[in-house]
Amino acid sequence: MIDREEVLHIARLARLRLGEEEIEPMARELSAVIEHVAKIGELDLRDTAPTSHVVEVAGRLRADEPHQCLPREVVLAQAPAVSGEGFLVPSPQA
Amino acid sequence: MTTTYEPVIGLEIHVQLLTRTKMFCGCELSFGEPPNTRTCPVCLGLPGALPVANAQAIHFGLMIGLALDSELAPRSIFHRKNYFYPDLPKGYQISQYDEPLCRGGRLADVRIHRVHLEEDAAKLVHVGASGRIHASDASIVDFNRGGTPLAEIVTEPDLHSPEQAGQWLRLLRATLRHLGVSDVNMDEGSLRCDANVSVRPEGSRELGTKTELKNMNSFRFLERGIRAEIARQEGILNEGGRVVQETLHFDPGSGEITSLRSKEQAHDYRYFPEPDLAPVAVSETMLAAARQAMPELPSARAVRLQDSLGLSAESAHLLAFRPELGDYFEQALQSSPDSTPSAGAQAQALANWVTGELAKRLAPEESPADSKVSPEAITVLSQMAAEKQISVGAARQVLDRLVAEGGDPRTLVEQEGLAALDGGDELRQIVRAAIAANADAAQRVRAGNPKATGPIVGYVMRETKGRADGAEVTRLIAELLG
Amino acid sequence: MSAEELVSLGAQAAAQALASGQIAAHELYEIYRSRAAADDLNCFTWVAEQTPAPPAASPLGGVPLAVKDLFCTEGVPSQSGSRILEGYLPPYTATAVERLLGAGACLLAKTNQDEFAMGSSNENSAFGPVLNPWDRSRVPGGSSGGSAAAVAAGLTPWALGTDTGGSIRQPAALCGIVGFKPTYGAVSRYGMIAFASSLDQAGPLTRDVTDAALMLRHLIGYDECDATSLDFPGEIALPTAERLDGVRLGVPEELTGEGIEAGVLAAFHATLALAEQLGATVEPISLPHAAHALSAYYVIAPAECSSNLARFDGVRYGMRTEAAGDLTEMYTRTRHDGFGAEVKRRIMLGTYALSSGYYDAYYGRAQCVRTKIVEDFRNVFADVDFVVTPTAPSVAFPLGSKTADPLAMYLNDFCTVPMSLAGIPAISIPCGLALPPEDRNVTEAASGGGLPVGFQIAGPAFSENRILETAFALEQAIGFDGGTVRA
Repeated sequence: MIDREEVLHIARLARLRLGEEEIEPMARELSAVIEHVAKIGELDLRDTAPTSHVVEVAGRLRADEPHQCLPREVVLAQAPAVSGEGFLVPSPQA
Repeated sequence: MTTTYEPVIGLEIHVQLLTRTKMFCGCELSFGEPPNTRTCPVCLGLPGALPVANAQAIHFGLMIGLALDSELAPRSIFHRKNYFYPDLPKGYQISQYDEPLCRGGRLADVRIHRVHLEEDAAKLVHVGASGRIHASDASIVDFNRGGTPLAEIVTEPDLHSPEQAGQWLRLLRATLRHLGVSDVNMDEGSLRCDANVSVRPEGSRELGTKTELKNMNSFRFLERGIRAEIARQEGILNEGGRVVQETLHFDPGSGEITSLRSKEQAHDYRYFPEPDLAPVAVSETMLAAARQAMPELPSARAVRLQDSLGLSAESAHLLAFRPELGDYFEQALQSSPDSTPSAGAQAQALANWVTGELAKRLAPEESPADSKVSPEAITVLSQMAAEKQISVGAARQVLDRLVAEGGDPRTLVEQEGLAALDGGDELRQIVRAAIAANADAAQRVRAGNPKATGPIVGYVMRETKGRADGAEVTRLIAELLG
Repeated sequence: MSAEELVSLGAQAAAQALASGQIAAHELYEIYRSRAAADDLNCFTWVAEQTPAPPAASPLGGVPLAVKDLFCTEGVPSQSGSRILEGYLPPYTATAVERLLGAGACLLAKTNQDEFAMGSSNENSAFGPVLNPWDRSRVPGGSSGGSAAAVAAGLTPWALGTDTGGSIRQPAALCGIVGFKPTYGAVSRYGMIAFASSLDQAGPLTRDVTDAALMLRHLIGYDECDATSLDFPGEIALPTAERLDGVRLGVPEELTGEGIEAGVLAAFHATLALAEQLGATVEPISLPHAAHALSAYYVIAPAECSSNLARFDGVRYGMRTEAAGDLTEMYTRTRHDGFGAEVKRRIMLGTYALSSGYYDAYYGRAQCVRTKIVEDFRNVFADVDFVVTPTAPSVAFPLGSKTADPLAMYLNDFCTVPMSLAGIPAISIPCGLALPPEDRNVTEAASGGGLPVGFQIAGPAFSENRILETAFALEQAIGFDGGTVRA
């Protein structure tokens, strides 16, 4: 149902590297689950609205008032790589 | 024979809103603070942190909708737009998708498609390869800007030339600035514009394939970029090729257009309703507050200035769409001592002084309110000139002094002895002397060459330090030589 | 009081003893701290090294508290059971934890869990599986497996857990304790490392219903940091009911038949009979879409998780696998190395369900099924007060017995997922013991009497107090004794 190409495409979208040996089992397991969940396709849901928030709460907004920011040393403390004042990452352009 | 093409242009404008705090957290907006000092668990996307929408940002969004004559949605939904990039801490941007805050609308002759709210990305600074172990390119992320509230305004494809696009964007900027919802500064990125461009054979009603031109950061670049893209598309079509739908970047330096599409970008943003935020319900109270906060919009102001003050269309437009001039003008007008029978003419004269001589003497974006020239001073100056108490030349000199050091024009005129010389004996004597000193010129004038008065007038002006009224001088010359 | 006597006190009893000065907070804490430190069930990912200063006069007066790893606790490892967050020290504390500490609880330990709360056996933890104190060859359930096992084994008076599709109720059932998933929005999610935002909800895992009520009392309430949190109407009372006169229990045919172990069904029916003796009426009902709840859940939860877990990208916190300067390589390798197999599977599943061309067929439809399930419950609550089911279709199963088959593992959530989708409150209380199917030929004596079975009671939104009263009356009548595993 879900083939190798599709697995690789989804993995790319999800930024997940899959080892060669992981691809086939992933395709198999995903297919099994998707086959099961696809049963919801049998239901007649034409007149049914989707529920994205099970409890409708409205108007919970935040007043435009500043709070205390975190000190930079705390902000950077947990980062795998920092440089001076910021988080260091491989360049997206590279 | 080559086909003539008609460009079809739509704009997508991102405006940073001038709230105190970010879209979904209480961090103050950053204006050049040291990197990563305006952050918290929410805008850093720390595990467990949750967004809460800023009421003021929604208020500003509603004001924009009202200004653009949009339909305001009683209920709108935030969605997650999923993609990976280091400037996007959560791996998704909270934005609006199929249920935006405002739909439809119009500004001048351009229809608005929608207005929605979202959060800005962080800033990525490329630092190159220096000093790194693997000597590979690196960037540094600064999250101060991340989470700044943005309104995205999308137009319908109703624009048909680069100039029209530029002009309309100026109109939008003036409108937004007047609302006070944003700095709308293209240099600083608080106003950013993308353009969707396509061309079609003249007369055709079908739309051609469009491309998206990204992030042109000045009016000049916007117009040049669109012009270049139109030319590129026409070139392709004229050679029998097909325009590919893609995202493009215009390099103002080289004038080149390059594709931004990379191998990794299989655009699939996987939008879905943001489960961490309840739908935004716009209450009557919120609507009323937005209406209450609406200032007079430039287009309405232009009409009013023209109708009730009798200003020329050009002056009214200038004052309305540069609200800093308009506000100053109206304040100056109020300081007029009384309404005289010639009020209309006076208002026009004052408008001319404000939009002409004064504006010319200020820095490009400087507001006259921030200058040393008080509204009362410009009014007095305008009146003195109108009543010929001083000559135009003298008035300009006084204005120079006012801009430099402020003060009362009357005092300056007195101190400098700039009061106009009337047509009395003193001026007649000076004109006589001028004719005597310029016999050649006088001879040519007598011979029927009126343009030859130049040196004589110049002599008079020098002698009087510009106090003489030009028309009076000309009359006297004619009389004495006639 | 002797150490055994102190440990035998539930949280409410301990709070009372502390308030009356009968026992000292540091003494109680030190006993639990040494028990937790000596834990050989792998319940904990972190145990306090020092006894905190006793709190000033407060409702909880220093009762020790274990907290599921996924709650952010400032300066204390908060890893959500994942390698990708190993050693992560948050700069802030989750609201739910803050509230309990504010009421006088003392943080004792962080509990092991399935990675990012994805799992029903606690075998998906990067820090190893938790063992069930009733039978160490078996799972404690999941994802709050460490919390459930620690409470059952008496390593903490109580614990805080989270429930997305059954992650409080199912491990509570499998470990013979009480677990309560409140109404969605009743407890703030701020600081809970998210699995599926529209379903996640914090709640208590306790030895008895009274303790569950006590913890709930201090957990609930609107939090300005969580836009989906709600003002809870009224307060949570400590339950006192002895009878169930006039209480109508609805038994949904869809969740009480096929797929449920015979032993579990027997214990369930025995409890129904007991309820009737206390004055309740028992009626068959139908939740027509319940059979599709699991499918909808396994679309919605993975979809949300695929987005929630995008932030683990090796940039700001957690682990990173360096990859020679290429950003995409850094992302994909970090996430490959940092996430476990089940998490990857769900990220893949959710990404697929949201992706272009599939959204309508999967995520869109699942949200509509969710609407149907909400309607199903609304309809039955017009006729009955509560919906009751077995909490889990089986008793605790042997470690490793379902790890090879994700779908079989997902079926554990069969009875708990519908309530999660509807956002309604539900409790699981121990209702007896049952032999596992593979032991049916073994005599009861040889298996030590069997393994715990959970009885689930679900009510409409904000019916917490009524659920607690009903559960309390049943608990007293059942007289379940979990004390043996605390020895």
